Amino acid sequence: MKSHVLRPLWVVLAVVALTMAIRPLVVPSDFGVGERGFMYSYHRKSNEGEWRAFKVKYQTKEYCSECHDEQYESNMASKHKVIQCENCHGPALEHPEEPEKLVIDRSRAQCLRCHAYLPYPSSFRAKMKGIVSSEHNEGEPCADCHDPHEPDL
Amino acid sequence: MKFSRRDVLKTAMKGALVMALPLSAFKILSPSEARASVRESNVRWGFLVDTNKCVGCGFCVKACKLENEVPYEVPLTRTWVERYVILKDGRTLIDTPMGGRDGFTDPKIQERDVNPKDIAKAFFVPKLCNQCENPPCVQVCPVGATYQTASGVSLVDREWCIGCGYCIMACPYGARFFHPVHHVAEKCTFCYHRITQGMKTACVNACPFGARKLGNLKDLSDPVTKTILSERVGILKDAFGTKPQVYYLGLDENVR
Amino acid sequence: MTPEVVHGAEMMVHGAEWTIKELFTYPNEYVYWTIQIVMYPYLTGLVAGAFVLSSLYHVFGQDDLKDIAKFALVFSFALLIVAPMPLLFHLQQPQRNFEVMLTPHFTSAIAAFGMVYSFYMAIVASEIWFVYRKFFVEQTIELKGKAGIGNMLLRTLYHILTLGAYDLSEGAIHKDEKAIKLLAAVGIPVACFLHGYAGFIFGSVKANALWMTPLMPVIFIMSAIVSGIALCMLTDIIIMEWKKFRIKTSKKRWEITAEEVVGAEIDIVKKTAKYLLGFMIAALTLELVDLIFRGYTAMKSWDILRTVIYGKDFTKIFIYQYGFGNVLPFVLLLLPRLTVKRAAIAAALVLFGVFMMRWNVVIGGQAFSLSFAGYMEYHIPVIPHSMETFKEGVTGALFMGILPFILFWLFNKIIPCLKFKQ
Repeated sequence: MKSHVLRPLWVVLAVVALTMAIRPLVVPSDFGVGERGFMYSYHRKSNEGEWRAFKVKYQTKEYCSECHDEQYESNMASKHKVIQCENCHGPALEHPEEPEKLVIDRSRAQCLRCHAYLPYPSSFRAKMKGIVSSEHNEGEPCADCHDPHEPDL
Repeated sequence: MKFSRRDVLKTAMKGALVMALPLSAFKILSPSEARASVRESNVRWGFLVDTNKCVGCGFCVKACKLENEVPYEVPLTRTWVERYVILKDGRTLIDTPMGGRDGFTDPKIQERDVNPKDIAKAFFVPKLCNQCENPPCVQVCPVGATYQTASGVSLVDREWCIGCGYCIMACPYGARFFHPVHHVAEKCTFCYHRITQGMKTACVNACPFGARKLGNLKDLSDPVTKTILSERVGILKDAFGTKPQVYYLGLDENVR
Repeated sequence: MTPEVVHGAEMMVHGAEWTIKELFTYPNEYVYWTIQIVMYPYLTGLVAGAFVLSSLYHVFGQDDLKDIAKFALVFSFALLIVAPMPLLFHLQQPQRNFEVMLTPHFTSAIAAFGMVYSFYMAIVASEIWFVYRKFFVEQTIELKGKAGIGNMLLRTLYHILTLGAYDLSEGAIHKDEKAIKLLAAVGIPVACFLHGYAGFIFGSVKANALWMTPLMPVIFIMSAIVSGIALCMLTDIIIMEWKKFRIKTSKKRWEITAEEVVGAEIDIVKKTAKYLLGFMIAALTLELVDLIFRGYTAMKSWDILRTVIYGKDFTKIFIYQYGFGNVLPFVLLLLPRLTVKRAAIAAALVLFGVFMMRWNVVIGGQAFSLSFAGYMEYHIPVIPHSMETFKEGVTGALFMGILPFILFWLFNKIIPCLKFKQ
């Protein structure tokens, strides 16, 4: 009579075989080792393309200048030329198709980002023109007196 | 010893099973696939942060969150700015309210009023994923959900990540977190979707002062590369051997 | 730009609900590895220990351990089945757990889990098969004539479990015993590996100043063996005393002899206690060496670690883990004239101590920020009010603690191992 001793081994091997049989049904066919080797690029190749296709939201100033050339020109002639329009107005996306209008944020908090004076000698922050908020028209929107596009003091 | 047909079949089956496992675990790219990605290997993305220029306005954090769909109201963020106030008595005060999303408008730090006369030095340090050359986060992923492209950007496959959090524990810089909506690992991708189209990252564009710059470290004429090669730059936590590719100008010894 | 969720935004952040941050931490830092990551090494440690006890009979021929060996084997199987469940509760995408088996990234210690666990499962299942094969065959024969759907299903189950090996001759039984001995012997180092790699998971994370030490895998193995021996000592005492109680209160109590009412034998308990003491010394030595070296070399992380170890976690480490979990049972076991009761208390304290060790490593490693300039306190959710607070709270942990016993009770119905001679 044949030995029964190896029977559990056959069961184990059958489970392994089943796993290997299921694998190609579950694991994407482009899953494998990439250019950076097994340690640093064992992955599903098509994911790279998926990340490339991620939606772009911010268009940068040049995009805005196509229509809003007046604001663009005046802004670029001022000290605020370094600021992107979208920093304050939010991402352009497909504006003016979608969204039709962008946010116009006139809040004080927006300007205080740079212009709340902080006494930090080793940082460019201290060199920037700034206010102590509680001592300068507290609670009032800065845009009431200062033009955010072309500030002049 | 008698070898029946049964024995031969059994042995052959066993052998096939033994072979199947290692081969299927290590599928290598076919030659054409490898060639197709060669053009990427002319690029190795690197980043330059100038802490002398950063004023802590936080526009970079805001832009990143909106560009990359990281929920705005949670403190999690792919990039952040830290404020350091080092006092003359040696104490270091550090904070990063909401990662610097709304900038730094309050001179109070860690709920303390600081007399400007007591400040020895103070500055801002933007941080993001260092896209390390030896990323420990990629090394520890158990399922191959996170990986690095040939151009040096480490990405997470949202469809494959099991959410174990090992990569988050393994990152020495705290760059990774669980995405609150997708419930998988999340990190800065150097705006991979933008840079592969010739655009700059959202944070680089948003910075009004040029404190953030992106460059191709393999291009010796790239201004970022030239700066890194010719000026004195620092990197974060270099003792770990991760070989981070975000370089800092004006990196102070107090920076964590 | 308008955010959709303002109220309850903190709830979206996994970990925000049970993490209290202090001073400066990086924005993305929270306590992500919680109670379930404490339960997992604790359970695998108990698996290893229970299996080692079972092997003491099968491999080293300690005949007085025959009954407990069978129990320990089945119990270790129940524990083994439950062992991956803390991980399933912890994963953010548990339905993808199979990926560890299909695309294991072997540079990750967690990927080793898939292979080591499966291999170990195969060994334990096979050994149980060999131990119970004769029983399965006898049951199929016994249930043949009996009527009823229940009996028919049970007979089919046993028939499948025999795997068609009906030979009960002396030669076949002898082959069974040889196979059991082999599997029990091979299983011991594999059990050590199953737990050693768990220590490697933590020890290899260079980003974590508390976890990063080559001693971690060894510390984990030693404390696993300690917990396993303590568990089996405790269960042995409980079972033997229960046996004694049952016999004493049974109808036949007037017919029993003195030998049968002996309960837990103090000689076996003393023998086991010696092993326990030996491994406790080893485990404690390694942990103290780790601590002393850290203090002596005083690396950059020592400033913050010191405040965690000697400050915030002082009670958890020195009172609970070392005090109640090490020193007290040490003293209890070394005092002359060891009694069964004292040994049981000592074993229970050791089990508590090993749990605290896992807690102090996993949670302790997240008690300080990567910046070394801040802290994070873990407040374990007690009353669950969401799936997350159930899975990663006290209720989830208790669930894991009770489940092995429930499973064992179910297993005992098919592969009985708690026979009382009456």
